[in-house]
Order: sequence, then structure tokens, then C-alpha cells
Amino acid sequence: MNEIATPAAVPARPRLSSWTAAWASQIGITTAFILLWLTFIVLAPGTFLSENIYLSFAQTTPFFALVAMPLTMVIIAGDIDLSFPSVMALGMVGFVFVWQATGSVALGAAASLGVGALAGLFNGLIITFVGIPSLVVTIGTQFLFRGLTLVLVNGRSYALVDTQKSPAYDVLVGRPLGIPMEFWWLVIVSVGTWVLLNRHRLGQNAYVVGDNRHAATLMGIPIRRTRIMLFVLTGLMAAFAGLLNSLQIVNFYPGMGDGYLLPTLAAVFVGGTSVFGGRGSVWGTFIGAFMIGGITAGIIASGLTDYYTNLVYGAVILISVSIHAVLQRRFTR
Amino acid sequence: MADGPAPSESGTGESTAARRSPQSEAPARLELRHISKSFGGVQVLRDVSLQLFPGEVVGLLGDNGAGKSTLIKIVTGVHPPDEGEVVFGGKVVPNLDVQTARSLGVETVFQERALAEQLPLWRNIFMGRPLTHRFGFLRTGEMRQITSDLMGRSMGFTSAVLTPDTTVTGLSGGERQGLAIVRALHFEAEIIILDEPTMGLSLKETEKLLTFVDGIRAAGKSAIFIDHNIFHVYSVADRIIVLDRGTVAGEFPTSRYSLEELMGIMREVAVGGSYTEAERYRPDAPPPPPLDATPPAGAGPLA
Repeated sequence: MNEIATPAAVPARPRLSSWTAAWASQIGITTAFILLWLTFIVLAPGTFLSENIYLSFAQTTPFFALVAMPLTMVIIAGDIDLSFPSVMALGMVGFVFVWQATGSVALGAAASLGVGALAGLFNGLIITFVGIPSLVVTIGTQFLFRGLTLVLVNGRSYALVDTQKSPAYDVLVGRPLGIPMEFWWLVIVSVGTWVLLNRHRLGQNAYVVGDNRHAATLMGIPIRRTRIMLFVLTGLMAAFAGLLNSLQIVNFYPGMGDGYLLPTLAAVFVGGTSVFGGRGSVWGTFIGAFMIGGITAGIIASGLTDYYTNLVYGAVILISVSIHAVLQRRFTR
Repeated sequence: MADGPAPSESGTGESTAARRSPQSEAPARLELRHISKSFGGVQVLRDVSLQLFPGEVVGLLGDNGAGKSTLIKIVTGVHPPDEGEVVFGGKVVPNLDVQTARSLGVETVFQERALAEQLPLWRNIFMGRPLTHRFGFLRTGEMRQITSDLMGRSMGFTSAVLTPDTTVTGLSGGERQGLAIVRALHFEAEIIILDEPTMGLSLKETEKLLTFVDGIRAAGKSAIFIDHNIFHVYSVADRIIVLDRGTVAGEFPTSRYSLEELMGIMREVAVGGSYTEAERYRPDAPPPPPLDATPPAGAGPLA
């Protein structure tokens, strides 16, 4: 306490407007997205200026972007979920069983969502009550849920052609206004996630829990309930994504979801969500998902061989997270 | 910190007569009865009892490890006591948790400040108690407005670049402390607990804080003031409770003990774990002859 200074003696530190600070990294990632897209348009104008490729993206990207939304909130709260690819398939077991028993696609869909939510609840309960880090628990449940799926359906695939006659099918994966329902669902879920994160008690608590869990304890935030709720939402959305994907390809196979773990996580981190928690953005995740989702098509359409895909993925991910790191440091101090 | 100018203490001296003592007839706003707590076999608190009356500021003094912070975390519901009762306004509150404590009017400025650094000021002010519509949707506009008002009125943040949306990372140590204090005040707390509130504050900020603690008393609210610095505690407290190795080593109304006497007692406690004047003051013993409450010149608190 020797360096006593009156407030007046402290030199005023330059502080940028909060708007710029809050949005710097979002503006950064959006710019990067536009640049990447312009590159693809220049390299493959025939593909990237046609309607078809966008209809294709509108169908394929939501498959993992839908999960990336609640996952963003999980990561903001300082947790992680690696089990969602298995929940995508496990939820469909619920669908197949109920649909076959009742003949109703709507009831089957409800069952798949219920199973997904229960799987998320299971994750959340083990993480918060046994007190194991979510990374470790969800590595375990990822195997557990996949194993359960394989055992329950005996490793079989199911043809879902008959579901197409149901009106529920059109609600889930139809094409109103020529645009795939998957995209509309993603828009709805993204807006919903934004509202939950920024305009709801759950999001407020998720931010605090992820930023400073000790402070959350001292200020009486229901940490356990908040974390469990986020895992439930992630399980729910994983099952929903699995449902949409299965109905789209009119087939369910127990290995569904495999291979989507890293692209989904990449979408969240490319979007600027901090792996340390306390910071993240729904818009960033949305943009990140379409960046990740567009790369493969962009590579092929540009005339490069598929071998370049991973190289470009890696470069895009590293450049994006570096943009966030640099802009965050520059604008928040 | 020892060579600054000593502000006048006359205000504190004159108001002493009006201050309450433990023998007061009014029910204690907060009472701890025989609290014990241990962590992993280490006994942190042993049979600690204390009372806090309306309009009273109690200072809590003690070395590191005396159990001050643990005591605070029991009052605020962060830790449950192993034994003993926490009583609010004469009613025993079993299973006290943080939400319950806050709803009973306990607000705390924690030593660790309990701020979320990457979040905007308004989210920090309303941390754990957001204003909501039905179904938990936030009243963000209202919370921003209140934060903005508090910043101008109570925190003295006049800088135009500080807005309710500024993140805590942009604040200085004193500004952060101001934020933590204003947060505790905003919720109309009946009992305000300040754990090492002067830590990291400039001299001017410290003075402001001490004035502010006097304001708590004037408003008929109660405070527990914890500080390493006996000068700070003495200058604002009506009663000082000395904790030593998890037990109450003594209670000293500042109206009866001079600063010098207290410092002597603290030294003895620190050395021997007890003090030879133990017989001089006990709550149930007849009060000793009143001493001059005004500290001797030159040893002014807040020096």
C-alpha cells in the first residue's frame, strides 16, 4: 500500500467504445467469412454463383450447426460436451422404436427428443453430482451412448421411406419456399439460443459460471442447475439434428453422427467462443458453421483435389482463432 | 499508509453515545450461536458466538487464519456450519444458502470481489439476482439504466467511456471495488458485510469507503467490517470483535477502549493467544469506567 495515488494522478487509460470492443472479434470473423467466400466465388464462379450449392449448404450445414448452438452455451459456461455425436444416433433409437410401435412420425420425433434430453441430463448429473470434469465424463458417455445404440438396434439400419407420407415429415425436412426446412430450423434455433444466452436468466448464469465459478458460488448462482440445463439442451438438439438428418436421407444407421465431433467444435471455436468460458457468440458460431460447412465444396469446386481439404480446414481454423485472440487482446484492455 | 494526514475524528466520537451495545434490548438482526467449522480435519472456527444489532457496525479483527473469512462465508450461506445456529431477527435459519441469505438482506463485498471480468458492468451488478419478466427473460434495458444511474451517483464513474456495457477488464482496482460495493448496496441490504474492503484502494478511495460505512449506520442498517488495518476498523466500528485461531478472543466497544489500548491487546493476543485484560470487559460484567473515546492525537485512525 505504498504507492498511494489519488484517482486524478492516475493517467487515463484509453478505453475504446464498448460497442467496438464487444463486436471487434465478431466483425473480424465475419470479414474472414466474406473473404473466404469471395475467394471461392473467384476460383469457382460457376459453382458458387449458382443456387444449387446454397440449397445444398442449407441442408448439410444445419446437421452440425444445430448442435453447435447449445454447445456454444455449454462452452461459455466452462464445460464441454463430446458425447453429442452418439446422442444423435441414440435419439433415433427412440424414434425408430416409437414410430414402429405407433406408426406416428410425430410421436417418434417426440420420443427422440426425449431420449436426447435424458442423455443430456445423464451427462449433467454425473458431471455435477459426481464432480468429474465434463471433458472426461462425455468421453465416457460418448462410448456409452454409441454402445447402447448398437446394442438396442442390434447393429441394424432402418429404412425410413414410409415416414415421407406423414405430414410431420414435411414440417421437419420439407422445402417451404424451396428452401430446406433444416435451414429454417437452424434459423429458429439460432434465434432461440441468442435469446436464451443474452436475454434470459439461463444465459446470464452461464456467462457468470464460465467466467468465474467462484464468484458464481459466492453470489448464489445455481451453478449445478445451470450446467445440467445446458447439457440437457445440447442432448435435445443433438437428437433433433440426428432426427432431421435421418429423415432427410430416409435411413437410420447406428453409426450416425460419427465424424461430426470436430467440425462442430471447430464451428464454435472459429466463431470466437472462448475455450476458457465466459465469452462466446451465437452469431460467431453461425458464421463458423457455414465456414466449416463450405470448405469441402469450395475446395472441390475450385479444382483442387480432396487432399487439400484438411490443409484448408486447419488453416481456416487457426487463422480464425488467431483473429479472435488478437482482436480480443487489443480491444478489451 | 502510515504517514497520511489524519482526518478529524470528532464525528465518530460524538455519535458514540448513540451507538448500541450488546446489552441493548432490541433483538439482534443477526446472531451466531456456538458456530464451529472444520475443513478436512482442521478446526477453523470453535464455538464462535456473536450478535449484530440494527444500526451497528461491528469490526472483525484477527490475523490471517483466525477464521474471519470462514465466519463470513457461514453468515452468507456459502458454507454450512458443522455446529451452531445462524439466527436472523430472532429466527433460526437452518440450511442457510446464499440465495436465502441474500433474500434475508445480507449483501457482501467479498475480499475476492466476486466479479466476472469478461462481462459488462450491468451483468455484474445483477449477478445472481437479475431483474426478469415472467419465465426468466431479462429486463436488460432496466438493468442497464439502473447500472448507469449507479455509476454516476454512487460509484463516481463520470468518465464518458465507461458505460454499463463496459467489461470489468477495463476497470482499475478501485473501480472494481466500487462496483462490488455498489452491488452490495443496491439490493437494499439490511446487513452489509465488507471483507477487506480497503485492500488495493487509494487513500482517497479508502476515506470515501469509511464515510460510506458511517452512512450504513446512519441509515439504520448493520455492517460487519473486516480489515487487517486496526486504524480503519477502529474509526468506523461501534464494537470490535477479535478472532484468534478460530475463537472469539474478546469483544471491545470502541466507546470504552482507546485505539492504543486495543493495539496493546491485539499485540498480546498475537503473542500469547489471550490478553491479560480479559477480566476488564465481559458482556455480562458491569461496564468498566468509560474511557475517552477520542484517540490520542498523533495516533489518529486513518493515518
